[in-house]
This record gives sequence, structure tokens and C-alpha cells, in this order.
Amino acid sequence: MFRVYSNTRVIYGLCRALNNQISKRYQSSSSSSTTTTAAANVALEPNVSKMSMFSGHIKGAITNNLEFIRPENITPISMYQVLDSDGSIKEKSHTPDFTDEDLIKMYKDMTLLNVLDRILYESQRQGRISFYMTNFGEEATHIGSAAALNAKDLVYGQYREAGVLMYRGFKLHEFIDQCFGNARSSCKGVQMPVHYGSTDLSFVTISSTLATQMPQAVGSAYAYKRAQNGLCVVCYFGEGAASEGDAHAALNFAATLEVPVIFFCRNNGYAISTTTVDQYRGDGIASRGAGYGMATTRVDGNDLFAVYNATKAARELALNEMRPVLIEAMTLRVGHHSTSDDSSAYRSIDEVRSRDKRDNPSLRVRKYMYNRGCWNEEKEEQWTKDSQKMVMEAFANCEKTKRAPISTMFENIYDKMEPHLQRQMKEMKEHVRQNHDHFPLSLYEQSST
Amino acid sequence: MNLPIHRLITTVSTCSSFFLRRRLAHFTFFKDKPDPSHGPTKEMNLCQTIQNALGITLGNDHTAIIFGEDVAFGGVFRCTADLRSKYGADRVFNTPLCEQGIVAFGIGAAVAGTTAIAEIQFADYIFPAYDQIVNEAAKYRYRSQNLFNCGRLTIRAPWGAVGHGALYHSQSPEAQFLHTPGIKVVIPRSAIQAKGLLLSCIKDDNPCIFFEPKILYRSAKEDVPLKEYTIPLSKAEIISEGSDVTLVSWGTQVHVIREVAQMAAKDNISCEVIDLRTILPWDIDTICQSVSKTGRLLISHEAPITGGVGAEIAATVSKECFLNLEAPIERVCGYDIHPIPHVFEPFYFPSKWRCLEVLKRMLNF
Repeated sequence: MFRVYSNTRVIYGLCRALNNQISKRYQSSSSSSTTTTAAANVALEPNVSKMSMFSGHIKGAITNNLEFIRPENITPISMYQVLDSDGSIKEKSHTPDFTDEDLIKMYKDMTLLNVLDRILYESQRQGRISFYMTNFGEEATHIGSAAALNAKDLVYGQYREAGVLMYRGFKLHEFIDQCFGNARSSCKGVQMPVHYGSTDLSFVTISSTLATQMPQAVGSAYAYKRAQNGLCVVCYFGEGAASEGDAHAALNFAATLEVPVIFFCRNNGYAISTTTVDQYRGDGIASRGAGYGMATTRVDGNDLFAVYNATKAARELALNEMRPVLIEAMTLRVGHHSTSDDSSAYRSIDEVRSRDKRDNPSLRVRKYMYNRGCWNEEKEEQWTKDSQKMVMEAFANCEKTKRAPISTMFENIYDKMEPHLQRQMKEMKEHVRQNHDHFPLSLYEQSST
Repeated sequence: MNLPIHRLITTVSTCSSFFLRRRLAHFTFFKDKPDPSHGPTKEMNLCQTIQNALGITLGNDHTAIIFGEDVAFGGVFRCTADLRSKYGADRVFNTPLCEQGIVAFGIGAAVAGTTAIAEIQFADYIFPAYDQIVNEAAKYRYRSQNLFNCGRLTIRAPWGAVGHGALYHSQSPEAQFLHTPGIKVVIPRSAIQAKGLLLSCIKDDNPCIFFEPKILYRSAKEDVPLKEYTIPLSKAEIISEGSDVTLVSWGTQVHVIREVAQMAAKDNISCEVIDLRTILPWDIDTICQSVSKTGRLLISHEAPITGGVGAEIAATVSKECFLNLEAPIERVCGYDIHPIPHVFEPFYFPSKWRCLEVLKRMLNF
């Protein structure tokens, strides 16, 4: 009842305010100077003579035919592709301006990520780390988009964007430290593996909750807009996360508040075991963009060049026009959801494997580079050996590193350690001191106190 | 209240109509005097004081932004009136109707270096944002071990009984946030307190929730200092000293227990009245020191009794002050029903009569 009452007051207030605005605009229109044409003035201001304040600001024509839009009859949004499965480019004018060095770096990042994934996945199977998530099949979405961004563009990820960090320069031991949760880990062992974060690389620490990062990305983009720093925010999420309420909130806020954020959806076909047919019925995530008033495109997520071009164009659009952009990258999750998942329970592993063997993002780039002449069998063999060696060495080093002191678990709850936490930490330390046999203290660095 | 005084008196004595009775508040507002060292004052009610504090913030901190539903025209309670015209449309603006979006947007803005002040239209509607508050804001600094934080976020929401708010405009949900390490929860009892506490929340480098007792927006008039001042968080205030029993509350209910103390004084019972002010992290030491002295503790809050903030205080004090206690710790709170059923509000309320009854029981234990 109260809310209705206050809403009535709100509407009344709005009516008055709007009336004032309209009459002010009428005044400014009618008293326009002779140097600007009447047409120009009308173009800038809403056409108040036809405007009904109660029916919204988007005006469509009146029709006397009753029609239901049946989305299944609408042609799906096309998927932009540059580099096809054979590594050839149909539309040469769309070839990105990469040097040989650029290509080799990107290819190495994609394949090094694969090696890292294989080794860390295995290490979980061996009980050496507790958990892992691989990125197989989605390397182009990471590297292609990262390459198109400014190094300082703020990245909000979901959990399957390790390649973005790899491209930006996150070191192998930094990935592995975090998975071990040792003292050098970006979160000092407080979170599960793959929850990376880096201020230097402008990559906000991952949290396990899905889609929560999306409206946060909008807030950061608003801050960047006000700061006029020429930077944008990029927010990665999966097609499953796009079902969360936070995703809707994010897209709507971004469009209404006109912020420079790129929403990058990795549509990899699966949310754990849930395929897209149980996740949505519309034309993917891209079809939703228009509903929010947002510029949108769909790309082949397995095509490094298409991802790069789209992200680059999206960035320019976002910053020049100060508005959000939605990119839906169609790809495939080749691996299991995580080490806690065995996807043979819900899909044919053979089918996935054979599809991946026929066409995967790194293979396309390799074929292209062979044709171009900047990569060959010999370099491929050498790199296979080198990348393996690099990861194994980093791994051995990280495994030996101790965990942070146990006092760490009481730190950073607040900016300063509050009295009740100091008391509880003291209690815990005393308990541990008296019962040190029951705790694996040798794994942890000593506390400074 | 809008009824002229003479009509009010005749109405009360002759008419039992609920429609007229509902305009009588359940408490007497106790005006505080301003700190003389804070300089010139102006008579302001709670809503004007909030507006004043927000204006000071926008004036001093060029990154500060205020956003939420309807804040642009001044807000449904007028707390943001005139701020948009004074400080700009990019700083005081409406968001779409979506609490999870409002709080998350605020988190992201804070992460990127903005002083973000989010308004949730009623505390009753904060729950869509519960995930963002509990799983994100509260954990931001901890989960990144200080690589990232959203300390510059403050969430404001009107709170508590208003006389006719029924189930969805009366809630006091502070207990639902007490259980969340990493955030701070603050509830002022008056205009003077609100200004200092809100400015502290805004300056505090942790995400804060500031609940504003809506029933006090118009009625709580005090001489509020015009200059900027802060009141420390996590510090309870001993409003009046006493020796027989400690009374603890926060928000509107502080005025109820102040009146209870006055009534008890007539029976020579000396009450120490404490306003907790910060619910999380709460001032354990001040409460325990007081109960060690008096030996008796009565906690009163509007929210339902089970799992309310009173339960936490009672458990802690019973451990710390066990040997000092002369009587069991008592809580006079809302019943375990949904706060507050519309026409039954007078019965739901932890009124001064209920408090007095319990207080006397404690003294006769």
C-alpha cells in the first residue's frame, strides 16, 4: 500500500518534471537562433508533439494486422568467419595485420595453454592439486580477444579464460602457484585452483559464482567512462551463465547507462552437462542483444582472426560511441567441465575427439602459418618439446613452495584486522600450538608473530 | 503528523478507529544535543540530514556517485533531492529497476576507484542483491587477498517499522547480514548520528550497509551540525549511565528503551542505555563492560527474536560475563512472525510496556 502511495507521488512528481522538461524543450525549439535550422533542432530534441509520456521512448508504427513474431521463423544471426578449417582466408581484405612475430606469439600462447592444461589436469588426477578446469577448444576466444584489447582494459572473467592471462604475460609459475595454493599464489591459497587474478595484468580475480561479474563489469565501465581514460572493460561469460539474472541486469544496465563494455559470450555448447537446447530457445545469446538496444555480433569462436577482428571493432565501437557491445563466439568445450566431471556420462567422447582432431583453433592457425611460411614441422616439433619442458620445470618448482602462514586466513576480511578477528586468530594459534601434532604445519610458512 | 493537536487529543480519547490511531507513533523521539565543537547547526530531519551528508560527499569527492531507483528526481523519500541538479546527471542517476544490478554495479564502480553510493528503495527489497552482497562484496578483498576490493561501496536502504508498512515496507533485516564477515552494517537512531555514521561508512574502506529508520525521516528533527564530521564505526554509545540493568538497542528502538529507562527510574531502577550503532562488527567490549557493572542485560529489536542480532549479543555476553550476571539475559523483540502484519502492528511491537514488564522480571529474579 505504501509503495503504491509513494509510486503515485513518484508518478505525479515525474509528470510535473516531465511537463516542465517538455515545455522547456518546446521553448528552446521555438526560440532557436537563426544560425541553426529548425530541422536540426527537431532532430536533436524528441518530437514532443507526437510524444505520449506514458508509452515509452521507442516508437513503432501503428498496425491494423495482428501478428505474433515467431522467432523460429527469423533467420539466425550469421557467424562471422575469416579463417576456415583449412587455414585459408576467403575474404582477403579481412586478414588482420599480424606480423610473423604476432602470429607465433599467439600460436605459442594457445598451445602452451594446452600443455599447461594437460599437465595440471593430470596432476589433479594424481592427487597433487585438488581441482582443475581445462580450456581445450576455446583457445582462440581467449587469445584472439586478448590480442585486440589494450593491456590496461579491465577484464572480468568467468573461469575459462586462462588464455587471456597467458597472452597478457601471466607466468607459468603464477598459474601453477595458484593451483597449488602456495604462498606465492595470487590469492595466497584462499580460493580453489583456476581462480586467478592480477592487478598488473588488469584481470579481476575470478569467483566461482556465475555471471556475478557481469553487472560489476558495467560499474567499472561507468567509472572508466567518467574518468575518460580511453579504456574499456571486457566481460567474459558462458552461454549457461547468460541465463542468470545477473546477466540480464548487466546487459540492461550497460545499455541504459551507455558504458564502454564488451560482453564476450563463449558459447561452447555445454554448461556442465546441460546442452544449449535446455539452456535457451531463442537464437543463442546474440539474439538478446537487440532486445537490450545493444550492438551485437556473432563470430566463429574457433577462428582466431574473426575473434580478433570482432573484438577490435567492438572496442572501437564501444569507445567511440560510448555504448556496450555484445559478441557471441560459437565454439566447443572439448574437455570435461572440470576434474569433477566425466563428460562421457552425457556425450560421446569419440565424437568430440574426432571433431577436435578435424578442426580446432590451433590447427587452423598452424595451417595458416605453414602456408604463410613462418612456421614449419621442425619448429612445431621443437616447440612441442620446449613447451613441455617449460611447464614441467615450473611445476616442479611450484610444488616445492610452501603455503602461506596460517594467520593469512584471518587477513583481508576487512581492510584492517578487526578486534574480534584478532581475538579469534589468537585462540586458533594457541589451539594449534598446543595440538601441533594434529596439524600439517610443515606445509606452511611460519607466521611472523 | 498532519492532524492538528486539538483534534488529536479528542480523537484519542473518544475514537477507537484504527484509521486515526495509526498516525500515532509507537515511540517518543528523544532529541540529542549536537556536539558544540562541531560549530553552527541547522534544524534538519533525518531525510534532510542524509541529503546534507550526501551533498558533502559529492562536493568533496569528485569520484562519488549516487544511483538506484528514482534517485534522480530526489528519491521516494526525498533523500537525494536537488543533488542531481547541483552535482550533475552523471553523478546522481537512475538505474533500471533491479537490486542485484544496482549493488553489482556499485561493486564494479568501487573496484574501479569510484566512491559508489547505492540506494535500495526499501530494505525489504535488498534480497535480490543478497548474492552480490554475501558472495561478492563481502568476499572481494579476501578472495583476492587484497589485489582487488570494493571498499568504496556503501549501500543505503530505508529500514524498519513505519506504522503501516506491513510485510514489505517494514523489515529490519540486519540479522541476515550479521552472519556475513567482510561487510559492515550500521543503523543510526537520529539525524545527528546518521550524518556522522553515514560519512564514516562512505569513508570506510569496506563495503557498508547503512540502514535508515524510515519512520524517523520526517519526525526526527534535531539541530544538526552543518560541517562534515564522522562518528566511529564499531563503537557503541552509552547514552545514559546506570547501575541496575543494561538496555541495548539500535535504530528507532533506542527511543523506546530510552523511554523505558525514564519509566523505570520512577521505580528507582537505574538503567544504562546503550545504542549499538554498528551491528557488524559490533562493540563487544562496551556491552560486556556495561553488563559486568550492572549484572543484567535486556536487548530489544524490532526484528523477530529467533536468530536476531540479540541472539548473538546474548550468547557472547553470557560467555564473557557469566559470573557477573544476576539474571538471565532477556530479549524483547518481534515475535517469530513476518514483520509486520498490517493491522496487528501494535501487538507485534516490542513496546515500552513489554520491555518494562521484562525489566521488572529481571530485577526480581
